[in-house]
Amino acid sequence: MHCSKYLKLAVLLFSFLLFACSQQNETTVENKKETPPAEEAKSEKSFGGMLFEGSIGDASNLIPILASDSVSHSVASFIYNGLLKYNKNLKLVGDLAKDWKISDNKKTITFYLKKNVKWHDGEPFTAEDVKFTYQTIIDEDTPTAYDADFQIIDNVTIPDNYTVRVNYKTPFAPALNSWTMTILPKHLLEGKKITQSPLQRNPVGTGPFKFVKWEPGKSITLKANKDYFKERPYLAKYVLKIIPDTAAMYLALLNQDIDLMSMSPLQYTKQTDTSQFEDHFNKYSYLSNSYTYIGYNLQKEMFEDKKVRQALSYATPKKGIIDSVLFGQGKIATGPYKPGTYWYNPDVPRYNYNLEKAKQLLAEAGWKDTDGDKILEKNGKEFSFTLMTNQGNSNRSKIAEIVQQSWEKLGIRVEIRVIEWATLINEYIDKRNFDALVMGWSIPLEPDLYNVWHSSKCKNENLNFICYQNEQLDKLIEKARLTFDMEKRKQLYFKAQEILAEDQPYTFLYVSKALVGLHKRFRGVEPAPAGITYNLEEWYVPEGLRKYELKQ
Amino acid sequence: MLVYILKRLFGMIPLIIGITLISFSVIHMTPGDPTQLLTSMNPNASPDAAQKLVKMYNLDEPIHVQYWLWLKKISVLDFGQSFALDGMSVTEKIANRLPYTIYLNVMSIILIFIIALPLGIMNAYYKDTFFDKISTVMVFMGFAVPTFWLALLCMYFFGIQLGWLPISGLMSYNFSELSLWGKFVDLAKHSVLPVGVSVFGSLAGLSRYARNSMLDVLNNDYVTAARARGLSEGKVLFRHALKNALLPIITIIGLSIPGLIGGSVIFESIFSIPGMGQLFYQSVMMRDYPVVMGILVIGALLTLAGNLIADILYAVVDPRIRYGKK
Repeated sequence: MHCSKYLKLAVLLFSFLLFACSQQNETTVENKKETPPAEEAKSEKSFGGMLFEGSIGDASNLIPILASDSVSHSVASFIYNGLLKYNKNLKLVGDLAKDWKISDNKKTITFYLKKNVKWHDGEPFTAEDVKFTYQTIIDEDTPTAYDADFQIIDNVTIPDNYTVRVNYKTPFAPALNSWTMTILPKHLLEGKKITQSPLQRNPVGTGPFKFVKWEPGKSITLKANKDYFKERPYLAKYVLKIIPDTAAMYLALLNQDIDLMSMSPLQYTKQTDTSQFEDHFNKYSYLSNSYTYIGYNLQKEMFEDKKVRQALSYATPKKGIIDSVLFGQGKIATGPYKPGTYWYNPDVPRYNYNLEKAKQLLAEAGWKDTDGDKILEKNGKEFSFTLMTNQGNSNRSKIAEIVQQSWEKLGIRVEIRVIEWATLINEYIDKRNFDALVMGWSIPLEPDLYNVWHSSKCKNENLNFICYQNEQLDKLIEKARLTFDMEKRKQLYFKAQEILAEDQPYTFLYVSKALVGLHKRFRGVEPAPAGITYNLEEWYVPEGLRKYELKQ
Repeated sequence: MLVYILKRLFGMIPLIIGITLISFSVIHMTPGDPTQLLTSMNPNASPDAAQKLVKMYNLDEPIHVQYWLWLKKISVLDFGQSFALDGMSVTEKIANRLPYTIYLNVMSIILIFIIALPLGIMNAYYKDTFFDKISTVMVFMGFAVPTFWLALLCMYFFGIQLGWLPISGLMSYNFSELSLWGKFVDLAKHSVLPVGVSVFGSLAGLSRYARNSMLDVLNNDYVTAARARGLSEGKVLFRHALKNALLPIITIIGLSIPGLIGGSVIFESIFSIPGMGQLFYQSVMMRDYPVVMGILVIGALLTLAGNLIADILYAVVDPRIRYGKK
């Protein structure tokens, strides 16, 4: 009896020594309540409610110019603003800037800033902050990966407190996109080393949500900024909960521990038809900003002839890959842009699965089975190569296996190698020591193709690692970088897509869909090309539906 | 004894240096470095961005210089700054994660000993009976079933179907606002699944060890003699046999000490517990050398300390073993 008493006491003490003391005393959340059915609630907009989002990974740094992971940027996007931003239809609009003007010689952009903006600590936002952010990005001591677009600026001047003039050495159309970069508070960072700034873990921005706390590996909490210069957010709190396992995250969603998560195609298509899910959650799907491709090392003799590459594209069952690997949750990619967006050319040649056509093209390119071993040969060399991809992405491994089988039917022997990410980059891609790769690119909102497709980016460790060189494409890319007129720029990229579709330096495979599950109690959600969380500040939970009541 | 302990402690110094030298070389020889992971395959990164980072991290120095710089720091117990660009020191990072792993492992180890030792002893005593066989099957099931699968199954059954237990984390989001009793209940509820699954998976090792050890002792002459003297089975078992049977188990206690900080990646990922397993895995994947080295050094120190403690405990328990006397 005594023993068990002491044991209980010991366990209690032990538990508190470890945890209770380290907890901050923050009075916000009351008891968790059972969520009533959606129909019972009044659906008027009101302030309150909180959203728990599940995330596989933790953020790394909440000063966005120092972070390179998507989680940090996603959280920071609720805390900070840029001068410009992309709206729901992925068009550039003003954010901290109410307007902007491009000079006649296209070398100067003048931003006119909003005047009613305050930092989360109450200080006013001014042009000084913009200039300071620029200086910080280009500073030698700032370890940022995002300075390329700012290094080409000649100077930044501030004629008055709410006007910023950016002078470029040469006209540069992608410059506008670079000003979506978050603006940092000068009054908190000036004179301090950015890598030692407390803002890395306690950010102060101008955005719709204020930072509350970050428990590493566990959660990041933000609360509504009641003084937000646009509309005050309806949700009182946003919590990013770190759950590193997708299966466990899905169980947490079913258990209503979290309200929002990105699902895998398998979860989305096969595991959500239960009443447990349907009673409480809505599903959303939209095209993600990334595409998957097979890239050929064009410095290898066997891939030099475009007919070979076209043949491989014809022999790639893209629809079959989408159906089997993504359970149908994707669209066939035809180039580096997302189908249905402004820059996407819908009329480029497509390479629908056609083995006969592929065989014919290979024969035209001189590949024939001369010794009867069912493997093609040319100049005495067999058509065999290694297809590489990175470890940890099962979709890419499956794609490699599917195309291996399909290309074998043409008489091509393909060996698959799956290699750890850093090793693949370091030992194979950077050294151009590969035949073909299954990889993916994100599709940036700025359509510039320079870094991945320009001939000059073939050398060293640059990103045109397949070494695709096409003078006509180079000229189009260069011209598009100088063209600010959207319509003219679009025509240039349309032409560029035609060239890429004809040459097939990549076999473009698919743009996958982002698949999201969200609790039904959230209203104001408007799916758009930008996704669903772009208007988080407009989401609300009707009063009767709140899971957590907050003491405000 | 004191001389022996001092000797062992001094002996650890070259051992630790050797371990760190090998670890340092191995992780630096792994392809890829933290700067590449931040800048490679990133169209927005300028060509000199990686160079800037390389300089900042001293990665442009030869490896022996880097090791010397690291060794100098570590000699004053400064584990340095994480490369993860989150402005945290290695010590801070480890200190954030360690309580979770220690808590889970201590709870698990206590429960494993409470359950597995008596079970092993009973198994030995009732050797080859139905009880022995069924409990053997049970503990080996725990050993054989993949942890992640069992964990997910338990989460689904106890969390979602029955709604009895929370399924992720060690505390509710509103933990800090709960009453003292509320906090205890909350922590206990959250601990049931992770600790339970961990204990179930680990029973086999210790219970089998205890069973075999007890069987060895029970076959000894002095046990037969004790029985012949007419002592009760309880006295034979607990007063004579148990003490000797427990001796080899001390080694296991010693060896389980480094495990206290190791954590498990799979386990912590499934239960969303931000422990050392997750930190180590993330740090290796990000090539965060200072954090990896920090964890390895602490792990090595604890392993050596565990061995030393086991040796000392041997001496304490068994009067025949006395170090330092010839």
